[in-house]
Amino acid sequence: MKMSGAEILIECLKKEGVKHVFGYPGGVVLNIFDVLYDEKQLKLILTRHEQGAVHAADGYARVSGKVGVAIVTSGPGATNTVTGLATASMDSIPIVVFTGQVPTMLIGNDAFQEADIVGITRPCTKHNFLVKDVKDLAVTVREAFHIASTGRPGPVLVDLPKDVTAGTGEFIWPKEVHIKGYNPKYEGNKWQMKQAANEIIKAKRPVIMAGGGVILSDASKELKELAELTKIPVTMTLMGLGGFPGTNRLSMGMLGMHGTYCANMAVQNSDLIVGIGVRFDDRVTGRTKDFAPGAKIVQIDIDPTSIKKTIRVDVPVVGDVKHVLKGMIKELKESKEQWSAVRNAWLKQVDAWQKERPLDYEHDPKVIKPQFVVEKIYELTKGDAVICTEVGQNQMWAAQFYKYDKPRKWLSSGGLGTMGYGFPAAIGAQMAMPDATVFDIAGDGSIQMNIQELATAVINKLPIKVAILNNRFLGMVRQWQELFFKERYSHTDLDVVPDFVKVAEAYGAVGLRAETTAEVVPVIKEALKIKNKPVFMDFVVDWKEKVYPMVPAGAAIDEMIFGEKKEKKKKFDSSEIKIA
Amino acid sequence: MKHTISVLVENKFGVLARVAGLFSGRGFNIESLSVGETIDPNISSMTIITRGDDLIIEQITKQLNKLVDVIKVSDLMEVEHVEREMVLVKVSPRREDRIEVLKIAEIFRGRIIDSGHSTFTIETTGDEGKISAFIELIKPFGIKEFVRTGKVAIAREGVKKP
Ligand SMILES: Cc1ncc(C[n+]2csc(CCOP(=O)(O)OP(=O)(O)O)c2C)c(N)n1
Repeated sequence: MKMSGAEILIECLKKEGVKHVFGYPGGVVLNIFDVLYDEKQLKLILTRHEQGAVHAADGYARVSGKVGVAIVTSGPGATNTVTGLATASMDSIPIVVFTGQVPTMLIGNDAFQEADIVGITRPCTKHNFLVKDVKDLAVTVREAFHIASTGRPGPVLVDLPKDVTAGTGEFIWPKEVHIKGYNPKYEGNKWQMKQAANEIIKAKRPVIMAGGGVILSDASKELKELAELTKIPVTMTLMGLGGFPGTNRLSMGMLGMHGTYCANMAVQNSDLIVGIGVRFDDRVTGRTKDFAPGAKIVQIDIDPTSIKKTIRVDVPVVGDVKHVLKGMIKELKESKEQWSAVRNAWLKQVDAWQKERPLDYEHDPKVIKPQFVVEKIYELTKGDAVICTEVGQNQMWAAQFYKYDKPRKWLSSGGLGTMGYGFPAAIGAQMAMPDATVFDIAGDGSIQMNIQELATAVINKLPIKVAILNNRFLGMVRQWQELFFKERYSHTDLDVVPDFVKVAEAYGAVGLRAETTAEVVPVIKEALKIKNKPVFMDFVVDWKEKVYPMVPAGAAIDEMIFGEKKEKKKKFDSSEIKIA
Repeated sequence: MKHTISVLVENKFGVLARVAGLFSGRGFNIESLSVGETIDPNISSMTIITRGDDLIIEQITKQLNKLVDVIKVSDLMEVEHVEREMVLVKVSPRREDRIEVLKIAEIFRGRIIDSGHSTFTIETTGDEGKISAFIELIKPFGIKEFVRTGKVAIAREGVKKP
C-alpha cells in the first residue's frame, strides 16, 4: 500500500510495539506530527525541551526494558538531544531518536535549521542513520530498533529529511533484520566459562562486582543464585544497584569513590574479582595500578571492548551476562565444594568490615540532614519506589541510603553524570509504570536544569515526587572545594535559589517545604497521598553536609576519607584471616 | 609496535568518518590509511597502519569490530602477508644528473610517467624498505614533490607465521 513517509514511520513504530513517544515539533517534522494528530494507538508526550524528551525516553527504557523513543525537529531540536544521547550511550540504554532534517537537496547548504546531526552524534550513539529515500525508511527503522536493543544496548539516531517524510512510498515491513557487520554474541565460550568457574572454586577471598550489565540482561535472578550458591559477597557499581538485593546478607553495597568501607576493603583484599557486566570505570577502580592488587580478575561482558580496557583481566568471558551466569551455575553445581564452610572466615571478615564502619552520618536535631531525608523516603516507600536522581551529592546519598532490592527501580546518570537527568527520566518512568511511586531525588542546582518539565508532568497528571535536597549550593563541587581547594567556594554558592514551593504552584503542581527534622516525615507522607499531579518537596538541608566515605581522585579505593576526622585506615593484612 | 590492520566495511557514506572518528576519539594514531572498493561494489577494504602496544592494538581491533558498518577486521601481523605502497616522485635534477636519476629509477623498477622541461615524475611500487631506500637515493637530486598512496596489504595463502 502506498503511504506517506510520515505514515510509514508511525506504522513502523506500531509494529515495534511502541506505545509512547516523547517529542517536540518543528518545521521539518510537521508531516510526522500531522499523522500523530489522528493517531489512537500511539501517544506523543510533548515535553518542554528536547533534552527532556530524550531523558524521558531513556527513563522509559530503563524501567520497562523496552526501547524508548523520541521525535524532534532539525537544527536546534536535534542538537538539544545530544546530552540525552550521550547520557544513554554511556549507560548503554536502548533508545531511538528521530530527528527531522532539511530536504535532501538542501543538505550541506547551511539551510535554515540545518545541523549535521549524524556527524555530531556519531561518537555518542551506538549507531546512526540518515535516510535519503523513502523506500529505505522501514528497513532503517527496523534496523535502528534492532541495534538499539540487542547486544550491548545503546542509543540510535535516525535523521529524516523533510522530503522523506513528506514523500510517498510502498510500506513493506521487513520480516527479518540482517546486518552483515553486526552479530552480537550471547552464548559464552564453554571453556572460558569453565575457567571462570574454576577460579571461583580456587578462590579464598572472592568478591562479585555487579554492574549495569546485570540489569540490562535481566540477570538478577541468576546473579542471586550464583552468589548464594557459592557464598560470595557482592558489591555493585552505581549502575548495578538493584541488580542484587541491597538487603541481602551478601550485599556489601556500592563500591568506588563513594562506596562503602566494607565493599572497598573487600575488593582491595580479595583474591578474586568476578566482574559481571561492569566496565571498571575510574570511579570504581580508583588508581588502577593499585586496584585489587592481590586478585585475579574474571570479567563477563557482552561487549569485547569493555574487557581489558582499563585493567588487566585474567579470565575474559564474552557473552550475555544471563547466558554466561547460567552456564557457570551449572558448572559450579557439579562441584562438591562445601561452600559455607569454605567461605566462613572470609564472610566473617566482611561482616567485621561492615560493622566497623557502616554508612553513617551525624544526626543533628536542629537541621535537616539530607541523608535522613533519603532514609525516610526509603522507610515510607518500603523500598519499593522507582528512584530517579539528579547528579551530585543528592545522587550519592540516594545510592547509599536507599536499599534497592529489585532491578529497574534505580535510574541515575552514572557514566555521563548529567545534571537535569532525573526529573525528565522520572516522567518517562511514570509513563511506563503508571501505578509505581516515582521519586526524583534532586539537588537545588540540578533540578533547575530541566525544571520546565513540570509542565509536562502537570499536563499528563503524573504524580512524580521530587525531593529537593536544598543546600543552596552546587553541593558536590562545593565539597571538593572544601576538601581540596581550601574552602574557596568559587561559583558554587547559588545565592538566589527560587522558592520551589511557588515554582511548583505556578505550574499547577503541589509545593511542600520542610525546614526542621520534625517536618520531614509529614511532608513525605503528604506527598505520597497526591495521586494526580507532581509535587516538589523543598527540604532545606544542612549545606555543610558531605558525602562520605570518599576516595580522593587518583587514590586507591582503600584510601578513603571519613567524616571530620579525615583519617586513613590502616592497610588490611590478608594473612590475618585464617582460612581453613 | 607497528601493525597493519585490514578492514572490510560496507561501502556507504560516512563509514570512513566512523573509522577515523574511532581513532581520533580514543587517541589512537593512524600512520597511513588507504581505501578502495573490493570485487563486491557494496564492500570496501581499508588498510590501516597504526602503532601501539598489544593492549592498544587489541582495543583498536575490538573497537573496529564493534562498528556496525565494519564486516571484518584482521590484524595482518598475526599472519604472513605482503605489503605494497606506491610513490610518485617529481624530481628536478641538474642536467648532468639526469642519467644518474634514470638509472636509480631503473634499479628500483621505477617508471617515468611524466616528464617536463626540467622534471621527471617517477612511479615506483614496493614494500616499506624499498620505498624508503628509493627516496633516500633520489633525495640529493632535488625532490620537488612526492606523494605516497599509503600501504595496501594482503595475507599470503597457505603460509603460516613461524
Ligand atoms: C550538566 C552538568 N553540568 C555540570 C556538572 C558538574 N557537577 C557535578 S555535581 C554538581 C553540583 C550539583 O549541584 P546540585 O544539583 O545542587 O546537587 P548537590 O550536589 O548539592 O546535591 C555539578 C555542577 C554536571 N555533573 N552536569
